[in-house]
Amino acid sequence: MKLTLKIWRQAGPEAKGKMVTYPLDGVDGDMSFLEMMDILNEELVNKGEEPVEFDHDCREGICGSCNMMINGQPHGPQKLTTTCQLHMRKFNDGDTITIEPWRAAAFPVIKDLIVDRSSFDRIQQAGAYVSVNTSGNTQDANSIPIEKAKADEAFHSATCIGCGACVAACKNASAMLFTSAKVSQYALLPQGEIEATDRVQNMVRQMDIEGFGNCTNTGACMIECPKGIKLENIARMNSEYLKANI
Amino acid sequence: MSALVKSSIARKWIMALSGLFLVVFLTQHFVINITSVIAPDTFNEWSHFMGYNPLVQFLAQPILIGGLIVHFVMGIALEIKNNKARPVKYSKYSGNANSTWVSRNMIITGLVVLAFLGLHMYDFWVHEMTVKYIDVQPEDPTRYLHELKEKFVSPVRVGIYVVSFVLLAMHLWHGFNSSFQSMGAKAVNKGEGLKKATYAWSVLIPAGFIFIALYHHFTH
Repeated sequence: MKLTLKIWRQAGPEAKGKMVTYPLDGVDGDMSFLEMMDILNEELVNKGEEPVEFDHDCREGICGSCNMMINGQPHGPQKLTTTCQLHMRKFNDGDTITIEPWRAAAFPVIKDLIVDRSSFDRIQQAGAYVSVNTSGNTQDANSIPIEKAKADEAFHSATCIGCGACVAACKNASAMLFTSAKVSQYALLPQGEIEATDRVQNMVRQMDIEGFGNCTNTGACMIECPKGIKLENIARMNSEYLKANI
Repeated sequence: MSALVKSSIARKWIMALSGLFLVVFLTQHFVINITSVIAPDTFNEWSHFMGYNPLVQFLAQPILIGGLIVHFVMGIALEIKNNKARPVKYSKYSGNANSTWVSRNMIITGLVVLAFLGLHMYDFWVHEMTVKYIDVQPEDPTRYLHELKEKFVSPVRVGIYVVSFVLLAMHLWHGFNSSFQSMGAKAVNKGEGLKKATYAWSVLIPAGFIFIALYHHFTH
């Protein structure tokens, strides 16, 4: 497979970036997208050029690191799939593929395709936890009965890997799907009730401080989320926020 | 309190509530206007009541104008904030792959409706104010239908009305349904019935206004 890659290159956070075109030959349909990037980088290194920097870790679709805007879609054209799990058979011989970093004021570019997503960490630190007494009399979590449907919903919200595809897809660069998934996974469980008021207020405040945009309910975040996090989470967060403020 | 109003979710609530208030107003406006087609005497009677009842004039009307201003000002403020949240745009962005054009362009349909409201206010509200407070003409409870028909003689004005109401329908198609999501009504995602009802309303009410404009244009 012969491809033309148009990739965002940026030497550093303050440097001016630009799209650079690279022809790439010998791409196999069974390669993952990241393996294709590895081949490109090998060619660049052999030519003495700077390789394209991109984030990756597990390559199993669970770490949320491999963030690339591929042909205008976060993680590319395949639904419920991270970039590392995307295979080149989704593309055709002769295709031109545009690869860009996530674009958001709250996700500044560090280099090439790598962005700083520590804003997500700070939102989580603001409230995505439950306080547990560890004095020695810690209660077993399973001693509190939870109805199956709620437990399943909480677990589904907890499958968010924090990759940032929701922000990347949203026309407003809003982080409400991410924040609401983290709020929901606790709001649905009795263990999360004690800190419910502070949690939603603090996490929403931090989300706003980070400079994410406002949700306008386009639903793009849910469609592009590799884990299928649902819009119900945002509705739940909005309702939790109202409850916390009245 | 100011911190609360500045929060992104509180602003969603304000947009949703002011939008729903305008939906209620639009319904009431349509009910009155359709009488101009099916019961002209009732149209004159209700128009006269709306134009001269002190509660409508000095309580309901300022509340309506306030609701409109809140909705538009907040919508524009949010658009500015959202543009700042992505200072560098994508060179390729496939929005159609994950969302509708209407949902992504509420500011465009909203600004067209705002421009239309300027014309609408000039046509009816400014005229009413002139008749009542500047020219101080005597009360005439039978003048309204005639004045309405006069407004729809011009094909250009009717054309502007039709285009504006098509864009209003697009605005409502996304806005009405999404107001329930903004207010935390999870049922919207699960209850297809409510979603379909909002879509039906969003098409039928603007289509009704278009019908009224065309009816008076062709029966003048």
